[in-house]
Amino acid sequence: MAAGRRAGFGGLRLTARGGSLLGKGLLGIYLTVLVLLPIAALLAKSSTGGLDAFWREVSNPEAVAAIKLTLIASVIVVAINAVFGTVIAWVLVRDEFPGKGIVNALIDLPFALPTIVAGVVLLALYGKDSPLGIDVAFTRAAVGLALLFVTLPFVVRSVQPVLLELDLAMEEAAASLGASPLTVLRRIVLPTLAPAIISGVALSFARAVGEFGSLVLITGNLPFKTEAGSVYIFGQIQNENLAAAAAVSVVLLLAALLVLALLTLFLRRRSQHVL
Amino acid sequence: MSSSGEGALPIPGAPSARRSSTRSAARPPAAAGARAARRRQLGVRAIALGYLALLLLGPVAMIFYRTFEHGISPVLNAATTPSATHAFWLSLEIVAIAVPLNTIFGIGMALLLERGRFWGKAALGVLIDLPFAISPVVVGLSLVLVYGKTGWLGDWLAEQGIQVIFSVPGMVLATAVVSLPFVVRETMPVLRELGVDAEQAAETLGASPWQTFLRITLPGIRWGVVYGVVLTTARALGEFGAVSIVSGRIEEQTQTLPLFVQDRFENFDSTGAYTAAVVLALLALGTLLAMNLLTRITRRRTEA
Repeated sequence: MAAGRRAGFGGLRLTARGGSLLGKGLLGIYLTVLVLLPIAALLAKSSTGGLDAFWREVSNPEAVAAIKLTLIASVIVVAINAVFGTVIAWVLVRDEFPGKGIVNALIDLPFALPTIVAGVVLLALYGKDSPLGIDVAFTRAAVGLALLFVTLPFVVRSVQPVLLELDLAMEEAAASLGASPLTVLRRIVLPTLAPAIISGVALSFARAVGEFGSLVLITGNLPFKTEAGSVYIFGQIQNENLAAAAAVSVVLLLAALLVLALLTLFLRRRSQHVL
Repeated sequence: MSSSGEGALPIPGAPSARRSSTRSAARPPAAAGARAARRRQLGVRAIALGYLALLLLGPVAMIFYRTFEHGISPVLNAATTPSATHAFWLSLEIVAIAVPLNTIFGIGMALLLERGRFWGKAALGVLIDLPFAISPVVVGLSLVLVYGKTGWLGDWLAEQGIQVIFSVPGMVLATAVVSLPFVVRETMPVLRELGVDAEQAAETLGASPWQTFLRITLPGIRWGVVYGVVLTTARALGEFGAVSIVSGRIEEQTQTLPLFVQDRFENFDSTGAYTAAVVLALLALGTLLAMNLLTRITRRRTEA
C-alpha cells in the first residue's frame, strides 16, 4: 500500500511537471480574483474604523433586530427540519408507496429552484389571495416559511444514506426482546442517525443565516419586523453605507462558519471515538 | 475481485430480498401488533407527505396553475416582451461564460486537492467551500469592495477603461463565485475512486501527461464532472442576491431572468413575474431530471 502510494506520487510528479506550474498559477489567480481578494476586502472594510466602529455598526438597533430575527428564525427552522427531515427520510427509505421515486426526486427542488422563484411560489399559495385563506405575506411567519422551503433537502439528504445502511437486525432483535417501537426508535435508531441529523441541521443553519432571495418578496422587508440580516445588508449597500453592510456581513459569516466548524469538530471527535 | 462477489449474491437483488424477509419476520408476533405497525406506518407516511405537500408540492403546483389560469396567450405575450427575452438571453450568456470557467477550474482544483500533497491543503479545501457558507448578498458586497468605483481596484480598472460592477463582467464574477464549489466537490470523490493505477500504466507506456489526462483521467471522471456541471448551471441560472448587487438591475441591460421576476412582481405585473418564474421552475425540474439520469447511469456502471 505504502509502496504503491509512493509510486503514485512519483507518477504524479511526472504528470505534474508538464503544464502544472502554469496550471497552478491560473488556479491561484482564479481563486484570488473570485474569493481571496473579495473576502480580504470585506474583512478590511469591516475593520477600517477599529473595533469601536465595528461595534457601532453592529449595535445599531435596526441591525441588532435584523441579526436577532435571522438567528432566532434559523434556530426554529433548523429544529423543525431536524424532525420533519428525519421523518421524510424515514418514509423515503422504509416505506413503499406509488410515486415514491418522484417524491424522492422532488426533495432536491429547493436546491434547483432559483431563490427568487421560491419566494414567488410560496406567495402563490400563502400570499394575499391564498386559496387556502392563509396569508403570511409581510409577517415573521413568512421568514420561517421561506427558510423552511430553501433548507428542506439538507436533513433529508444527510439522513437518507445512513438510514439505508442501518442494519434492521438490531431493531428486530430489540423488538423481539420486548422493546416497544418507541424504545427501539429512542435507543437504537435515533442514536445512529444523530450525527447525520446534526450534519443536516448545521448545513441548514449556515444556509438559513445567509438566505436572501426567497425572503425579498414574501417578507416585505419591514425594519424591526420582518427584515432579516441579509436584507439589512442589502439595504445598507443601496444606501452606500458599505461599512455597516460589511460589519453585519462579518457577523453573519462568523455565525455560519462557527456552526460549520463545530460540526467538523463534532464529526471528527465522533469518528475517533468509534474507531 | 469479481470472483469473491459470487457467494454474496449480486448487489441489485440483495436489498429487496432483505427487506421482504424482514417484513415477513416482523409479521408473526400477533395480528394486532401487525395492525398497529401498519397504522404507524401510514401515520408517518401521512405526516411526511402532508408536510411536503404543504411546503413544496402545493406551492409549486399553484404557480403553474396561476400562470396558465387565463390560458396560454397572455403567457406567450409576457414571455416575448423585449425585456423578458433580453433577460433570458443575458442569463444564458452569463451561464455560458461562468459555467465553463468553473468547470475547468473545478477539474484542475479537484486534481490538485485529491492528488497533490502540499502545505495548506486543508485550508485550500475550506476556501473552496467558502462560497457555500457565505450569503449571496455578502458575495455581492465583497465584489463591490474590490471591483467597485470606490473598491480596491476601482481606480486601476477605471484607468484601463474596464467597468466590472454594474455591467456583465461583474455579474459573471458573482455567478462564478456562488457556483464555484460544485464541480470541485463532485469531481473529487470520483477522482479518488478512479485511483492512479491506469494513469501510471499509461505513463509507463510513454503517454504524455496531457494524453494521460485526456484518454484516462477525463473519461474516468466524466460523470462526476457532468453532475457538477448540472448543479453549477442550475445555481448560475438562478443566482439572485449576488447578481442583484453587482448588476445595478437596469432593465434590458443588466437584468437577468431572476432579477426580471423580482422587477415584474414589484411592478404588479403578476403575469410577467409568473411566466418568468415558470420558465425558471421548468429549468429547475429539468435539472432534477438530469441529476436523476446521471445518478442512474453511474449506479448502473458501478453495479456492472
